[in-house]
Amino acid sequence: MKNTLTTLLILAVFSVGTIAQEKGSVLIQNATLMTITDGIIENGDVLIVDGVITAIGADLSAPSGVSVVDGTGKYVMPGIIDAHSHLNTVSTNEARNPVTAEVTMEESINPNSVSIYRALAGGVTSIHLMHGSANVIGGQGETLKLRYGVTQDDMRFADAKRTIKFALGENPTRVHGQGNGIQPRTRMGVEQIIRSHFDEALDYRMKREAYLTVKEAYEGDRRGRTAPPVPVAKNLRYDVLNDIIDGEILVHCHSYRADEILMLMRVFNDYGIKNYTFQHANEAFKVAPEIAKNGAYTSVFADWWAYKFEVYYSTAYNATILNENGVTNSINSDSNELIRHLNHEAAKTVRYGETSETDALKMITINPAKQLGIDDMVGSLEIGKQGDVAIWSGHPLSIYSKVEHTYVDGKKYFDLYMDPVDMRIAVDSEDSYTEAGFNTFIQGREEDSCMSDVFELIQQ
Amino acid sequence: MMKAKKWNIVLALLLMGTFTVQAQITGKPNFGKIAIIDATIHTVTEGTIQNGVITLDGEKIEYVGTDRSKVGADYTVIDATGKHVFPGFMDSGTSLGLVEVNAVAVTVDNREVGNMNPNMLAFTAFNPHSAAIPVTRVSGVTHVITAPQGGLVSGQAALMDLWGYSPDSMAIDATAGMVLNWPSVQSRGWGPRNPEQAEKRYKEAVRNLDKWLDNARFYEQMMNEFEADPMDKTKPEKDQQLQAMRALVQGETPLIIAVSSEKDILNAIEWSSHEDNSSLNIVFAGVEEGWRVAEKIAEAGIPCLVSTLYTPVRSYDHIHRPYENPAALMKAGVKVAIMTGEVENVRNLPFNAGYAAAYGMGTEEAVKAVTINPAEIFGVSDRLGSLEIGKQANLFISSGDPFEPLSQIEQVFIKGYQIPMDSRHTQLFEEFLDRDATQE
Repeated sequence: MKNTLTTLLILAVFSVGTIAQEKGSVLIQNATLMTITDGIIENGDVLIVDGVITAIGADLSAPSGVSVVDGTGKYVMPGIIDAHSHLNTVSTNEARNPVTAEVTMEESINPNSVSIYRALAGGVTSIHLMHGSANVIGGQGETLKLRYGVTQDDMRFADAKRTIKFALGENPTRVHGQGNGIQPRTRMGVEQIIRSHFDEALDYRMKREAYLTVKEAYEGDRRGRTAPPVPVAKNLRYDVLNDIIDGEILVHCHSYRADEILMLMRVFNDYGIKNYTFQHANEAFKVAPEIAKNGAYTSVFADWWAYKFEVYYSTAYNATILNENGVTNSINSDSNELIRHLNHEAAKTVRYGETSETDALKMITINPAKQLGIDDMVGSLEIGKQGDVAIWSGHPLSIYSKVEHTYVDGKKYFDLYMDPVDMRIAVDSEDSYTEAGFNTFIQGREEDSCMSDVFELIQQ
Repeated sequence: MMKAKKWNIVLALLLMGTFTVQAQITGKPNFGKIAIIDATIHTVTEGTIQNGVITLDGEKIEYVGTDRSKVGADYTVIDATGKHVFPGFMDSGTSLGLVEVNAVAVTVDNREVGNMNPNMLAFTAFNPHSAAIPVTRVSGVTHVITAPQGGLVSGQAALMDLWGYSPDSMAIDATAGMVLNWPSVQSRGWGPRNPEQAEKRYKEAVRNLDKWLDNARFYEQMMNEFEADPMDKTKPEKDQQLQAMRALVQGETPLIIAVSSEKDILNAIEWSSHEDNSSLNIVFAGVEEGWRVAEKIAEAGIPCLVSTLYTPVRSYDHIHRPYENPAALMKAGVKVAIMTGEVENVRNLPFNAGYAAAYGMGTEEAVKAVTINPAEIFGVSDRLGSLEIGKQANLFISSGDPFEPLSQIEQVFIKGYQIPMDSRHTQLFEEFLDRDATQE
């Protein structure tokens, strides 16, 4: 009986979800507003109409038909944005070549994964769904809005900047050099893979453009006096690399050690590439002044370290050092567990180095939004921005606070008080095999989740 | 010749330099007569004292109360106005000190080859100089169970203080618990895919386990008889593995059973109720699906070591199950201790407990779950787990609720030593916050 009810409830909730990108309206009254970009407003109201924040202030009244939520004693903050996630990928790594720029997460989104709902319950509204870190130049990412219950297409964050994953250090050298006996086996090799592919891409573009020019002339020459040109075939990989050089794609580079961070900045300066983010970047604190000078961004773990050698000489004070040195830093999860409490991960920056509470909150809202090129649309409570917000039972950096409601585009996707047990959309045939945990009580960590499936694939 | 000598001196100087640098990873502790005054003292077992006084004399707590006259002129006084004093937190499930860098196999010393390793001692592999130890203790976690893993019986866990220069000086109990990874009846992962096969494999594993325990009991009896009266008897051949199980079958060393899913928990309860096993002192660890069978665990009187920061086990579980599991067990009457299951991030123990507190357990009970409860489970509550006169001085001063990430842990005492609040993480912070600054 209970199951039937649950199923009905799920159907009721999600049958409406199939309507493309439904937008909602809501007025939240009398709450503490963590605007992020404009301070804290006590006893404030936020009005969202058709998915857009239209008013912030006091004593706002709801237009007819707009529901009102009493926010007395509650906190409202913009939805959390996770700049590094593999939350609902279908596949994560195309690990068979050191450069796979043509690959994309675009078709690798599982819109039915229950992990989306679990992230919403932690106040997360957007994620950067990333390719893994097996390759020096990996696949393209996809920024998503967590509209649980919609189609793959409708999960995409409209007008978000294109992104791509790069990876330095142990992961690509282990997979390709150590695993397959090809370059790169070393950090020297990693640099040359990037430079040679950029050079090849630029040469390709020159040849391809020359060919297209001659081809046009040839096709326009009705008298047949020009010779047919030798074709230069379209190359998707090189096209993407040229888009990176042209600044149309934002690079998010998996990196740990300070030397490799400096290396990539030198390479990017040589090719004129700007607006990029170092992901994980456990040793970024050692070169914070250089990162700040180059205007690069960082997106780091709150406290992960020592699980592999390249993160052994690191510190949980990384985020604070970067922030104090003027680097725009975000705190990410790269984990389906951490994404459920990124507020708490951000709070650790206060414990480790006494980052201000406002800056801590920026690291999970406006800063990741900047890194994904969506800061004009989300990441703060501002009139004209999209209605992605969460209502918290208390201060969002307290361990005792819970998310009560999460809205995406003004539509409620999570409600603590109407929260059925079983929130699956699709039943996974593997479930009966995975219901058990793991009868071992120490859970050692060897990897970031960037490397999921890589070695199983390689061994096959 | 001259040249070679010169180089030797340079080399010696270089080496000396290296040693000096390495020796000074942390500063020196304070030790002796120390008084903390004007604090809110959370004794755990005897309530909370406002404007309290706590004095330490060497390794022990000398006084807890409100009487300022207990603070003699020879005491180092720490004014803790507005601050809180808690007993040091205990993590009852880690591999701290056994693993340095998990991805680097040569630094991983918690998993011996073989299926039956009762004689493997975590105590032996515990590295007192692991970089993760200072990182852990400055968070208020003062002592931990560090456990081996792998196989059916992984070996013996040790209960270690997190200050000291040798396993010997740090061990509270070198053989704190025998680790058994409960053979799963689940057909999953790399194992058998059909239930019959899984059942068969499970029964074989339990038969194997029973046989080992039978042998251990026999060995124990034989050795007891020989030791009681060696006259006219041939000395029995010593067996390292069975010898290591003697304290286990006597019920002195707890049997820590790592078990997670509902079916496996029920099987483990059923097994533990066998008459043969009645002398065993059984503890469950992991117990992610404990909430499904909490009443049964309570009935069996088996304490549980659990964490909270993991994803729901089944895709159809409620989102908050991991956070609520400790409270569900506690409310059914199970004695609960919170653990992390971590190596390098044992410092997150207060946050694991914080989630348990926020989701049904309440702060007071969650504090017990990282102090007095694990002390009782591991038989050291006469020495640890609360702020009481005569107990070992493991405690910390915090600016506020220690479960809150916004609070600061300000001072930590382990075995009476006021430890330097340094770790690799703080040292790198100090060096790199303003990297290019020069001496003034």
